[in-house]
Amino acid sequence: MSIAVEHLTKLFGQQKAIDSISFRAEPGKVMGFLGPNGAGKSTTMRILTSFIPQTSGRATVCGFDVAREALEVRRVVGYLPEHNPLYPELYVKESLGFVANIHGLQNKRQRISDVIGLTGLGDEQHKKIGQLSKGYRQRVGLAQAIIHDPKVLILDEPTSGLDPNQLSGIRKLIRDLGASRTVVFSTHIMQEAEAVCDHIVIINKGNIVADDALSSLRGVHPGRTLEEIFISLTGSNAIAH
Amino acid sequence: MLTILRKEIAAFFSSLVAYIIVGIFLAATGLFLWVFPDSAVLDYGYAGLDSLFDIAPYLFMFLIPAVTMRSIAEEKKEGTFELLATRPLTDWQIILGKYFGSLAIVLMAMAPTLIYYFTVYELGATRGNVDTGAVIGSYTGLFLLGGIFVAIGILASAVTSNQVVAFTIAVFLSFFLFSGFDSLSRLVSLQQADTLIAAIGIMEHYQSVSRGVLDTRDLVYFASFTLFFLVITKTVLGGRKW
Repeated sequence: MSIAVEHLTKLFGQQKAIDSISFRAEPGKVMGFLGPNGAGKSTTMRILTSFIPQTSGRATVCGFDVAREALEVRRVVGYLPEHNPLYPELYVKESLGFVANIHGLQNKRQRISDVIGLTGLGDEQHKKIGQLSKGYRQRVGLAQAIIHDPKVLILDEPTSGLDPNQLSGIRKLIRDLGASRTVVFSTHIMQEAEAVCDHIVIINKGNIVADDALSSLRGVHPGRTLEEIFISLTGSNAIAH
Repeated sequence: MLTILRKEIAAFFSSLVAYIIVGIFLAATGLFLWVFPDSAVLDYGYAGLDSLFDIAPYLFMFLIPAVTMRSIAEEKKEGTFELLATRPLTDWQIILGKYFGSLAIVLMAMAPTLIYYFTVYELGATRGNVDTGAVIGSYTGLFLLGGIFVAIGILASAVTSNQVVAFTIAVFLSFFLFSGFDSLSRLVSLQQADTLIAAIGIMEHYQSVSRGVLDTRDLVYFASFTLFFLVITKTVLGGRKW
């Protein structure tokens, strides 16, 4: 089991960002982590990458406890944060080299050219990150996340702001990566989740409202698209007309 | 840690700001030491660098916060801190990488002032008539002072994501710690404890080191204050509350 989350709770002051959630993610599968804005997706991902500490509960990644074995967790996880923060003043290769150095990679050059190939950055690899379009920046973020060949990939809205051509490229990449790894990714595009994911977890207001394989989720709600299922499970958040 | 340190230095010198800051520091020290009649060596008549080391702390008070203000504040604002903190790095490695990176920049700004020393050395009434020991002591003092100011600057940069706020806090804290306690110790109502209060401030220790006397008490003072500010920085960042 690559990711195991048990009764994880995070409080921000009095507000419960996530409320005793539990789920698991297995290797070789892509898990879609869905939910409306503010449901607690990013908070969960930040806890799983040992960026912020949880209030209570337990989470392990590849058997390492996120609170007590933070460095080991960060070594096996590749993480693309929400909004894809990057250093705009660095060149693409420089930025990848920086990350490779932090991980202490031995075959640095080889890995950099590998991930540039994998993410389709070839044409833009000599530019500064600040000069890149949003889609290419997203690829740089993804390249940084996979440069150390992590066993677990956590991607927070990796496809936001991409055009349709780029979308299909990135989706295929996520599927390919998921064949041999554990991938957890969040998105607001339900068609994308249907196309990419094997397993769906839907979170709403800090609680898990669905946790099932995509196929069995469809079985429980026959004849409905994922979008309709999503709206019926989380719809109370919608603005009343 | 070395990776962070290198990136810190590279990021600094890849922007024009770096050259402006270092340039202004050198221009100001040059003016005070050679041109302004109140402090110029040529008018003073003695071959010494005293006026350089008198003015340098006050320049450092502005120069160093300008160097350090972006180091953590910008990472927090742009979200790239999350990028660093989710890599296999401890908070200490990030903080120390940034600390030593900024300190290295300060050293690089200081290095060209060695030319002043050689100039004064050559200009002495008999060539070489300079108190070299005092100059070495003064440079040591200035370096230790820089160490504390950088630690203050890193702390100020960690408490906010606004660079202007970070700069302002750092300037004030540096100024207060350098000469504030010295001034307070001269308050009449505090006269019973004046030596104690003055001893909290940096000026007392800076002047003592500048005389060329390397007293372990002063070294302990500089080291412990630097460490103190770095530990607070670690506490602030460890909370992840922003």
